[in-house]
Amino acid sequence: MSLISEGALSKPLPSLAEPSLAGVEDYLALLKPRVMSLVVFTALVGLLVAPGHVHPVIGFTALLCIAIGAGASGALNMWYDADIDAIMTRTLRRPIPAGRVQPGEALAFGATLAVGSVLVLGVLVNWFAAALLAFTIAFYVFVYTMWLKRSTPQNIVIGGAAGAFPPMIGWAAVTGDVSLAPFLMFLIIFLWTPPHFWALSLLRCDDYARAGVPMLPVVSGLDETRKQILIYTLILAPVGITPSLFGFAGLIYGAIAAICGAAMLYLAWRVYRDREGEVAASAARKLFAFSLLYVFVLFAALLADNLLARLGFGFGLAP
Amino acid sequence: MSDSNDGIVLTEEQKRRRRARSIAIAVSLGVIVVLFYLVTLVKGPAVLNRPL
Repeated sequence: MSLISEGALSKPLPSLAEPSLAGVEDYLALLKPRVMSLVVFTALVGLLVAPGHVHPVIGFTALLCIAIGAGASGALNMWYDADIDAIMTRTLRRPIPAGRVQPGEALAFGATLAVGSVLVLGVLVNWFAAALLAFTIAFYVFVYTMWLKRSTPQNIVIGGAAGAFPPMIGWAAVTGDVSLAPFLMFLIIFLWTPPHFWALSLLRCDDYARAGVPMLPVVSGLDETRKQILIYTLILAPVGITPSLFGFAGLIYGAIAAICGAAMLYLAWRVYRDREGEVAASAARKLFAFSLLYVFVLFAALLADNLLARLGFGFGLAP
Repeated sequence: MSDSNDGIVLTEEQKRRRRARSIAIAVSLGVIVVLFYLVTLVKGPAVLNRPL
């Protein structure tokens, strides 16, 4: 008895894929380095403000794994969304739609990094943080990318949770658990995500419509999106101050968060008010740009406030 | 036996990029090895002897 039938031998061998032209920079692009920078920074803050001591090598390992896990999510997202990326102007030049990386290569790259980052984090740091990272990657890939993104205008509201987990993972890398403080950091990013992405989607509405992505402005219109941006910013601004109110940060953080929250609210109001022509586009651009600054400034202030408190220069509200 | 010219012949650009990818993979593996070495030094001999 033969393991290979004669019929099978007569069939032509499958053609080999074209030799890859992908450069190292294409694989780095699959990791979405700009998104990764926000993830690494917020995770670093979560790691440094957590109570207790972590050895620098262990802390670096945790950050590296979180960064690689976030990059893996980006690569898997680009693999799954290659069809709509090829339609949208903003994403047209990404490695897969541009033809420099084959979809299978991106899938293998992303899956390998996803599994590797979780395992290394578990073995070298702790398994609770690794479980959180695994959940984050799975949430981003399966819940956001594969399910919500193409099915509901609430896609980035719920999917935003994936981007909000990194400070919690950083905290868990030190303490082995999570508490109210990392939850507040999670909440700030979670509530920041909708106004941030909807400001962008106001500017790229046609792109999303052409690709069939049901972003809020495509489904409910520009005015409804402006209203939702204002509502979420109204919630975000006070939530940004909560670390001070609950005693996890001092007055310095509270003051900076209040000022930044007021500025973000003003820009969201401008988006709500200015609805026609270049003035409207300018308002959306300003809100989008400031929202990036907002989250970086808040987390930098949280870190600075915490470091000052540890050095004995804190101005805390807590007893 | 087929002629060797029947196979895929890489262009110079494809060879250059393959070499760059290979170097990147080698560097990544080196980083992982160094990382595990350093963490083992930091955690000491009990690195694998701990509750899950």
